[in-house]
Amino acid sequence: MNQIHCRINGSPVAISSPGTRRLLDVLRDDLGLTSVKEGCGEGECGACSVLLDGKLVNSCILPVLAVSGGDILTLEGLRETERGRCIIDAFAETGAVQCGFCTPGMVMAAAALLFEHSDPTEQEIRIGLSGNLCRCTGYDMIVSGVALAAERGRGLW
Amino acid sequence: MNDSISNPVRRVDAYDKAAGYAQYLADMKFEGLLYGRLIRTPVSRGVLTGVELPEMPEGYRYISAADIPPGGENRIQMIKSDWPVFVSDTVRYLGQTVGILTGPDRQRLHELASKITVHCRTQEAAYTIEEGLACRGGAIHGDDNLFADFHLKKGDPEAAFSQADRIVEDTLETGFQEHVYMEPQGITAEWKEGKLVFHASCQCPFYIRKAVAPSVHMPYENIIVNQTTTGGAFGGKEHFPDVIASALAVAVYVLRRPVQVIFDRREDMLYTVKRHPSQVLFRTALDAKGRITAMDIDARLNAGAFESCSPIVLQRTIFSANSVYDIPNVNIRGRAVATNTVPSDAFRGFGAPQGIFAAEMHMSHLARELGTEESEFKRKYFLAKGGKTVTNGTVREEVLLEQMWSRAAELSGYYEKLKAYPPGSYRGIAPAFYLHGGGFTGSGEQEIINGKVRITGSKDGSAEILLSNVEMGQGTATTFSKIAARVLDIPLDRVKIANPSTARVPDSGPTVASRSIMVVGKLVERAASQLRERWGGTSDESVLVQYEHPPWIRWDQETLQGDAYPCFSWGVCIVEVSVDPGTWEVETLGVWTGHEIGRAIDEAIVHGQVIGGVNQALGYGGLEKLELSGGGFAQHTLADYSIPTSLDFPKVTSFLVENPYEYGPFGAKGAGELVFDGAAAAYAAAVQRAVDRKVERIPATPEYIMEITEA
Ligand code: FES
Ligand code: FES
Repeated sequence: MNQIHCRINGSPVAISSPGTRRLLDVLRDDLGLTSVKEGCGEGECGACSVLLDGKLVNSCILPVLAVSGGDILTLEGLRETERGRCIIDAFAETGAVQCGFCTPGMVMAAAALLFEHSDPTEQEIRIGLSGNLCRCTGYDMIVSGVALAAERGRGLW
Repeated sequence: MNDSISNPVRRVDAYDKAAGYAQYLADMKFEGLLYGRLIRTPVSRGVLTGVELPEMPEGYRYISAADIPPGGENRIQMIKSDWPVFVSDTVRYLGQTVGILTGPDRQRLHELASKITVHCRTQEAAYTIEEGLACRGGAIHGDDNLFADFHLKKGDPEAAFSQADRIVEDTLETGFQEHVYMEPQGITAEWKEGKLVFHASCQCPFYIRKAVAPSVHMPYENIIVNQTTTGGAFGGKEHFPDVIASALAVAVYVLRRPVQVIFDRREDMLYTVKRHPSQVLFRTALDAKGRITAMDIDARLNAGAFESCSPIVLQRTIFSANSVYDIPNVNIRGRAVATNTVPSDAFRGFGAPQGIFAAEMHMSHLARELGTEESEFKRKYFLAKGGKTVTNGTVREEVLLEQMWSRAAELSGYYEKLKAYPPGSYRGIAPAFYLHGGGFTGSGEQEIINGKVRITGSKDGSAEILLSNVEMGQGTATTFSKIAARVLDIPLDRVKIANPSTARVPDSGPTVASRSIMVVGKLVERAASQLRERWGGTSDESVLVQYEHPPWIRWDQETLQGDAYPCFSWGVCIVEVSVDPGTWEVETLGVWTGHEIGRAIDEAIVHGQVIGGVNQALGYGGLEKLELSGGGFAQHTLADYSIPTSLDFPKVTSFLVENPYEYGPFGAKGAGELVFDGAAAAYAAAVQRAVDRKVERIPATPEYIMEITEA
C-alpha cells in the first residue's frame, strides 16, 4: 500500500493504494470519475486520456505512483471551467459526437492542444488528436469542433 | 433558411456525452456486483475432455453446462440454435465458451482464470473457404459445410455464354474485418423479484430476450433487457451479445447475484464476431463489340463455426453482386461456408460491401482489359427506373447516378486528373458506384419483424417515443425525436426518448439493416400523426401503430425472386491516391462522395454517417489486416490491427441529392450502411491505376502492392 498525494481537478487528494495500480482504476473505481473511459487498456486508444501537469496522458498505462505530486485534470474538472464549456459546446454544435465513448478523451486532447496552440491549423489539430481513436465519426467533425473551440475561445487559451 | 426537416439540430445526446455525464455499462453501479470471465477452449476443433479447476476461494464459482437449470437447454436461440451456451462436447472454434468464472474481485478473478486448464482432444480443423469447401477434417456442418447455397438466374445466361465472343475471368477477395466499437462488449445481469434483468450494450434488446430464454427455461415476461448507452456497435452488437447474455443467464440463475462481463480489448478482438471474408469468382461473356452480355458469379463467404445470420448476409452479397449495373443475363451461386474460425456475423453493410467490392473491381478490370475509361465503361450499364435487379425485381425510383457522377467528377477534378496521371504514374484516381437496399430482405419486415411503435402524449404537453431501436451513435434518438416533434408541432425538447427496456417498449424490431429511420421512422411519423388528431397537449393519450407492407412488393422467399428491397439508396465515391514507389505506402489525397438517401432527416447526422462510414471503408480497403494464425487471429491489439486515425485520411467532401421516398418518413431512406459500401473499391481501383496492376484483394496494404507490382 502506498500513500500518494496529488491534486485532482483542483483539489488535493490522498490516495492509499498499491502504487502499481493503474491510474485509470483509481480514478474510476475509487474516485468515481467515470468520464475517464477504458477502450483498450493498452495505451492505444486515448479513451482514458487525462491531463497530468497540463500534458495529455493515457491513464490506463500509468501506475498511480507515477502521479505523486502531480496535478491531474479529468473531464469532471474541465467541464466546470469556461474553457471546458467552450470545447463541449463546440463539439455538440459541430456534430463531433456520435456514440460518445471516445468523446471525453477527445475533449481532453482538444484541451491539451489548445493550451499549447491557441490557433491551430487543421493539420495541427489532426496531429493533436492522433493518439485518440474514434471509430464512429471519421474525425472530420471532431476537427471542426476543435477549430470552432479555438475560434470562439479566443483569449481563453 | 427554409424550414426543411433536414436542417441540422444539436443532437439530443451530444451534451451529456461531450461533458462526460453519459453512463455506459462500466460506469453504472450495482449493489453486490460480481464479475464474470468467460473460460474458453484452447483449440479450434475437437472434443472437450475435461476442465481442471484450481482451488476456489470463498465467493468464487465456476459455472458451465452442468449448471443449466432443469428444463433449460444448452443452446442460444438466434435464427437457428446451433450455437451452444457452453461447450459440452464438440469444440468448433478457438475461444468458444466452456464456462464462466465469477467472483467479487476482478484482479483475483483474472489470476484464477489463468489457472484453469481446459483439456480437449484436437481434431483437424478447416479455416479458409477452400478448406471449408473441401470439408477438411470432415464436415463441421451437415455433410457439405454449407450453411446456405443459393442460386439466382436472370435472363438466359446459357444462351449468352454460348454466343460469347470472349469470356473474361476474375477472382476478387476480401478479408476479415474487426468492428472495433470503442466500448468493448459488456453486459450485467441480475435477479430481481423473480425476473432475470439484463443491462446490455447492444443493438437488439428483444434478440437477447429471445436468445437466453431456452437456456434458463423462462418465459419472456420474466426476462427484461435494458439497453445501456452503447459506445458503438456497427453490427458487432447485433447477435454477439446473445452469446455473453446466455452464459450470464445461467450464472445469475444459479447465483441470484448481479454478475458483469465486460471484455477487455484483447478478448474482444480475438473472440467476437467479424466481417465475413469473401471470395467472388466472375466469368463474364463479352460480344464482338466488347459489350457485356452475361455474367456467371460464384460468391463464397467464410461463415465461421456457427450459422448466426450468415445465410442472410450471403443474400445481401449475392443481391449486390451486380452493384448498380443492369446486366441482361446473370447466373449467381452463393455459398456460406462453415469453418473453424470465430463465427462471422453482421458488420455495417451486411454482405453488401463484399458483393460491391467484387462487382466494382471486376467492372474496373473489364474496363482495363477493353481499354475504356473506367467511369465511362461503368456508366453504360447503370440501372434505371423500371430496370431489373438480379432477383428480377423492379427498380421503382428514378436513378440519379448520372447527376451524382457529374457533381462528384466536377468536385474532384476527375477528368483533369485522369489526364494528368496516366496509369502507372504512382498517382491514381478512380470511382466506385454502389447501392444499398433499405430494410430487411424481401418480406422480412412483414413476416418476421412486424414492428410496433408507441407514442404517448401527456398533459404537460410533452410526448414520449417508445420503441426498441437503440441509439448507438448513429443518431436515431435525435432523428426519431425530430420526426415526432415536427409532426406533433411541438419543440424538440418536448419529445422524450429513453434507452429501451423490453419491459416498457413495444418491439419495433432490431437496430439493423438501415431500417431504423426508413421503416421505424415511418412508424414514428404515423403514430405521431394519429396522436396529433386526438391530443391537444392537455391530456394523456397514447397511440400504437404497426408496420404495413408497401402493397406493391412482390417477393418469394423460397426462390429469392422479386423485390428484395422496397427501395435502394445510391452512392458514388471518388478516391485519389499517390503510391510511394519505394515503400509502397499509399497516401490518400482526396475523397469525394455523393449519396441519394431520399431525404435526410438531419444533414449533420447524415454527414457524420458518411464521414464515419467512408473512413471505416477506407480502413477496410487499405489498412485493416486481420490474419488467421493457429486458428485465432495474429492481430489482437489496437497496436497491430490498425484502424484509421485522424492522420490517415484527408477531409472528405460529401454531398447529397434528394429523391424523397413515399414510404419513408419525410421521404427518408436508409443511409447508415450505404455509406460504407463503396469507398474500399474506389480506393483499390485508384491504387490499381497508380501502379497499373490489377488489384484483386483488400486490404491493399503496402505488402500486397509490392507483391503485385514487383511480380
Ligand atoms: S484505454 Fe487507455 S489508451 Fe485505450
Ligand atoms: S464517437 Fe464513437 S468512437 Fe468516437
